[in-house]
Amino acid sequence: MAQELIDVLVTTFWMVLGIAGIFIIFLGVSGLVYLVWNFLNSKKDQMRGYGSLKTVTFGDESSVTANRVASVSGVVTVFLIWMVATGSSLLPFNVLPVPFVGDTQFEYTATNAAGDTDKATVKVRVNRFGDTTAEKLVAPETSDGFAKDDVVMVQERRAKLLRAQNNDDGGKEKGYRVTAIDGQAIDRNQTVEIANGTVLMTGAGSLQVRPYTGPTMEALYLPPPEQVWTRFLQLNAEGYQGVGLWENVMWSLIRVVLGFFLGCLFGIPLGFAMGLNSWLRGWFDPIVEFMRPVPPLALIPLVIIWFGIGEQGKVSLLFLAALWIMIIGARAGVSGVNISKVHAAYSLGATKPQLLSRVILPNSLPEIFTAARVAMGVCWGTVVAAELVAAEKGAGKMIIAASKFQLTDIVIIGIIIIGVIGFGIDVLMRIAENKLVPWKGRG
Amino acid sequence: MSGLLVDDVSMTFELPAGGQVEALKNIKLDIKEGELISVLGPSGCGKTTLLNILAGFLAPTGGEIELNGDKVVGPSSERGMVFQQGALFEWMNVSKNIGFGPKMKGTPQSEIDARVTELLGIVGLQEFGQKMIYELSGGMQQRVALARCLANDPDVILMDEPLGALDALTREKMQSLVLDIWKKTGKTIILITHSVEEALLLGERLIVMAPRPGRIHKQYYLPFAELGVGADLREVKQHDDFGPKRDEILNMIWDMEEEIMGRTETA
Repeated sequence: MAQELIDVLVTTFWMVLGIAGIFIIFLGVSGLVYLVWNFLNSKKDQMRGYGSLKTVTFGDESSVTANRVASVSGVVTVFLIWMVATGSSLLPFNVLPVPFVGDTQFEYTATNAAGDTDKATVKVRVNRFGDTTAEKLVAPETSDGFAKDDVVMVQERRAKLLRAQNNDDGGKEKGYRVTAIDGQAIDRNQTVEIANGTVLMTGAGSLQVRPYTGPTMEALYLPPPEQVWTRFLQLNAEGYQGVGLWENVMWSLIRVVLGFFLGCLFGIPLGFAMGLNSWLRGWFDPIVEFMRPVPPLALIPLVIIWFGIGEQGKVSLLFLAALWIMIIGARAGVSGVNISKVHAAYSLGATKPQLLSRVILPNSLPEIFTAARVAMGVCWGTVVAAELVAAEKGAGKMIIAASKFQLTDIVIIGIIIIGVIGFGIDVLMRIAENKLVPWKGRG
Repeated sequence: MSGLLVDDVSMTFELPAGGQVEALKNIKLDIKEGELISVLGPSGCGKTTLLNILAGFLAPTGGEIELNGDKVVGPSSERGMVFQQGALFEWMNVSKNIGFGPKMKGTPQSEIDARVTELLGIVGLQEFGQKMIYELSGGMQQRVALARCLANDPDVILMDEPLGALDALTREKMQSLVLDIWKKTGKTIILITHSVEEALLLGERLIVMAPRPGRIHKQYYLPFAELGVGADLREVKQHDDFGPKRDEILNMIWDMEEEIMGRTETA
């Protein structure tokens, strides 16, 4: 237990260093772009708006707005870092050294049982990853001495084991061993450099040939943008596992909309009831207060046990995710009604139903909208998680299925689409809010 | 009989922590139709409680209120109320706010429109019918509140510090407006205020209340409201009796406040 905890802390420490490194790079680029932008801007005559005349801006939140140039450069920088890290072909030149592909060779020195030494050449051909059409190297027939030449075919970023002595005269005899690579002495578990790669002698005396990989990331872990784009076009046209890309996304959205709608349908009246009646508030309070902190994700196993992995289960889960949020939003909306508005309505002759529909409902709309925005966000997160666990269709299902075949590009496309849609939902809710409750915050 | 009768009203309630509060004790008032009454008193004297009982938002623990011979049991459109602020409906424009009362009663829309137009004229907001509430200044909002109350044609208008949140200049204009409306409509108006000057200007009868228990301390019958109708209120304030009356009442209230402060210090 203590050892595990220490391991976790050590790992965390290295993570902190890694994160700090990434931040420093990112902020460094930001600083450089800022200097350039400032230099270019200083040449122009600036408009002297009211805001530009403020001397106190540090601490004055109202004078801090998102600089659009910074936003765009930030996003562009993320893409640039992505391209550099993956050695993207979209860049005009390679910023980081790329992994070696092509032919190289090294020479090994062998000592036979009698103590004589001889040299032979190993030709290495490194293919592009996934390139099956590359021409095979053929081992030369003739060679002087007892050590015979070898050939190795290896894929980019991969390693290959070669037992160089196998084809040598007397290579299987006891005492026959490889003693040097390219003139550098080598022993078991030692590594030496060769042209465009390294050779490691394993514990059993074989040679592990590893061509130079360089610092860029492998597509398996992070594909370059162009590969993701190509895959996106392919997905758009063909779908994945027989389900179209947008069909997957649509199904996720349909579930969210249905679950959210049900949550509103039951949650808003319940919240009103709890805000208007002591008995009903007492009746539902323990349930609501208990269920509110339960993350909807924790309900997934139960929902699968009850409803299976079909649509009913998903919609019920999202209903439960939205329900408590909407109840609490509607309840807060009712309690937020200024009592003098209620008194005013009654002394203007309003009846209870009129008060509810003309005063309490419109007055609680801002709170309900805030709750709806939260509920939509939670629902979108929950649907993706539920699809990751089990589903036949959906954005989450697509990425979990793709991850099992290490189709990282599909996973990345899925994440981007999920993010864009989540953002789009929030923007739509905000637009609707501004249209429907323009008095929000100005009461 | 017509008018508003406050018949020996008392209000005693228990505190959650234990102990009793006598918010009002044996309040007796006979208010004639068309009277303009201002109520003044230090904080905690129960004047807002009294107004809430008159409006029907609170039930007294002793005595009762009668309006035109009928016992008051709850809020009703015959007793309109103007609040300090925040009581307008932000989701409606000015016209809809003013027309709210008639609309609740099912008055035909054409009648409502005519009434709203008339009232917009009375409170001087002819051009603002389609504006939203949050687009108006504080003074304009109180004009809307007045008009909304008048739209129902109530018998009594109760005002709970309606001008308390306004700046001095706007306040003076609104005081003239209240006097105009009182004269034009002949309504019974009961106005609660913190300001001695306002109480003098807007009270045919001025009631000074005292705290612990909340009770009527003294009543004055004053000429200033009548003088102020259609006149410059600053001239009314130059009236020979105005200054002495103001000082007398100020001293009275000052003494009460000091008494309270003294008690809390020794407690």
